[in-house]
Amino acid sequence: MSPEHWTRPSRPDERDRIADTAVPAATSATPTREQVIAGLRATSEGGADLVQLLTPEGQRVSHPDFDIDITDEQLRGMYRDMVLVRRADREGNALQRQGQLGIWVPLLGQEAAQIGAGRALLPQDMAFPSYREHGVAWCRGIDPTELLGIFRGTDHGSWDPNETGMGLYTIVIGNQCVNATGYAMGQKFEGKVGNSGDDATANEATMVFFGDGATSQGDVHEGMVWASVYDAPVVFFCQNNQWAISEPTERQSRIPLYERAKGYGFPGIRVDGNDVLASLAVSRWAMNEARQGNGPLLIEAFTYRMDAHTTSDDATRYRMGDELEAWKLKDPIERLRVHLLREQIADQEFLDGVETEADELAARFRQFCVDMSDPPPERIFSAAYAEESPVVAAQREDYLDYLSGFADSGHDTEGSVR
Amino acid sequence: MAAPTMESTGSSTTPTQTVTIAKGLNMALRNAMERDPKVLVMGEDVGKLGGVFRITDGLQKDFGEHRVLDTPLAESGIIGTAIGLAMRGFRPVCEIQFDGFIFPGFDQIVSQLSKMHYRSQGKVKVPVVIRVPFGGGIGAVEHHSESPESLFAHVAGLKVVSCSNPVDAYWMLQQAIDCDDPVLFFEPKRRYWEKGQLDPEAEHLPLVSSAVLRTGSDVTVATYGPMVKTCMDAATAAEEDGNDIEVIDLRSLSPLDLGPVAESVRRTGRLVVVSESPPESSVTSEVATRVQQECFYSLEAPVLRVNGFDTPYPPSKLEEGYLPDLDRVLDAVDRSLAY
Repeated sequence: MSPEHWTRPSRPDERDRIADTAVPAATSATPTREQVIAGLRATSEGGADLVQLLTPEGQRVSHPDFDIDITDEQLRGMYRDMVLVRRADREGNALQRQGQLGIWVPLLGQEAAQIGAGRALLPQDMAFPSYREHGVAWCRGIDPTELLGIFRGTDHGSWDPNETGMGLYTIVIGNQCVNATGYAMGQKFEGKVGNSGDDATANEATMVFFGDGATSQGDVHEGMVWASVYDAPVVFFCQNNQWAISEPTERQSRIPLYERAKGYGFPGIRVDGNDVLASLAVSRWAMNEARQGNGPLLIEAFTYRMDAHTTSDDATRYRMGDELEAWKLKDPIERLRVHLLREQIADQEFLDGVETEADELAARFRQFCVDMSDPPPERIFSAAYAEESPVVAAQREDYLDYLSGFADSGHDTEGSVR
Repeated sequence: MAAPTMESTGSSTTPTQTVTIAKGLNMALRNAMERDPKVLVMGEDVGKLGGVFRITDGLQKDFGEHRVLDTPLAESGIIGTAIGLAMRGFRPVCEIQFDGFIFPGFDQIVSQLSKMHYRSQGKVKVPVVIRVPFGGGIGAVEHHSESPESLFAHVAGLKVVSCSNPVDAYWMLQQAIDCDDPVLFFEPKRRYWEKGQLDPEAEHLPLVSSAVLRTGSDVTVATYGPMVKTCMDAATAAEEDGNDIEVIDLRSLSPLDLGPVAESVRRTGRLVVVSESPPESSVTSEVATRVQQECFYSLEAPVLRVNGFDTPYPPSKLEEGYLPDLDRVLDAVDRSLAY
């Protein structure tokens, strides 16, 4: 779509005048506000600028700027990634329903966006997630069982960001965008950007993940301003899954989200977030640009949250069933499966093998969850400060002393609460 | 808590000199930046201008634009990027221009900065210092004279400190930068130009410690930041009435080093807590509560407080009445002694 399509009158009187003249939609050069919004909602195909390499029917298509070299083995690997991550995600939902988890944040439908982006990261890169990035975590080598503590209430994230190259989940919407930009500024200040040579680790970049709803937050704006003026090697990866709990994307923006990048002075691009190949290709390109010192980029992965926002949400209250049915036809896993079979890149034996592996992962995931013990009471006080606070130390001592006064309390400061 | 012991200095030799609090802070930043290339100074106007109070004067010229960052104008961005830089191994020192402007950054402070270490169980350290010129008495417009320190003292995971003299300015800021915890560093802006003798070779207190500035036997006065000078002046004036006032500078507001205060109250039996902030749910509330818990049988009078009021900060023509002055402190001392 051309930028002119989005040009709209800004003064109310002019808008009123156009509304009064009731220009028919099909012939109007300047769309009304309603048409603009309708246009946004009608972007279920993502619009003309959408980068796509694999159609919903599973057919490879070419793109002038984003062709991709990928081996059959890598294709099979990404299929495996998506199937396993989805299975762990579905198990997470089930565990919540069975009372094993306090809440679960479903990934369903966003596997391609996350696996494509995650597989574009190199070991030395850094990822800053929101709280739905189970697929990115998988790509960073974080076992799905490590996600469980957050949702069971035993920890706030168990992996080491320094070792995995993945920050802990961020629940306050958009906060991580400025944190990621700061980290990327540090990568640049340390001279880890724009180096040539054979050393594959000579350059680094950061990718930060957030949703369409987050784009309304000031921190996303500030992150982009900082990234721009410091040319920070950060790729903003927005998963537009169409809904911020019950608020649709048009409640966040009057223009497609990727076009906002222009206002910050860096490229923005919209990719089919249900196409793992396109997600990988665009993410690779963007991360390379950042690593080479060409500054930040914004990727809008146009996708769909096929489940509720969380297990506490009831998506049937705010969205139509046929919307979900339409998006099921664009399922990211199904389209790659069809492609693998049609092109004889994988056979049924491979697919069955992945299914078996998924079953095993699900069983291990479940068993790990139900076996998790509650942390001991002193965990309340653990690592509140790097240098222990005498106030907290006194409170811990008092509390443990108080607990020890219960003869049959079962509180054991060495182990878990029984 | 045991009485703090003095820390000996390892700094290079320079003779004792007369410096202002502002100069002490500037010297501290310079020392920290020279010692550790990972120390960054960042904020609005901290570079070419040297900060609106000139605390960062000359630093950008000597350390460059990547060590002293003139940032875009947004506090959440300043603090949020400092967190990311700290995760990368830097030690950023953020300047917030005025106390009332810290609130756009409040979310990053309470949601991320204060919790990162706990969330990660120590795997992620965020040694960020946020310098905040605070308090009234400079005749400024709205949002330029507030005392928000109690809001931050209430946030677990943060250290909150305030200096009151050039020696503490010099040492406490360096200690805050060296500290692996995030530190809110409150600077008494109306005292920036107060002078004192600074001997960089002399021993100094640890960051988390309160200090007895003046011994006395009749009433203990505990305070911090800009009110320290007021309370010292009040103690001098009280001498004329024959009252012997002990003055304690709390220095660290969170965690509090209550030991010297409690010890003092056990001798004097009386405590007046003084600060410019609104009294309700404040640092002064915390001191009063803990002293009555720990020194109940020693108290001869209820713990009294002298604060600003539970109102938004008034227009500057009224701040003389809002800010505790020498007479209000003496009035509280008299009321305490009257029990």
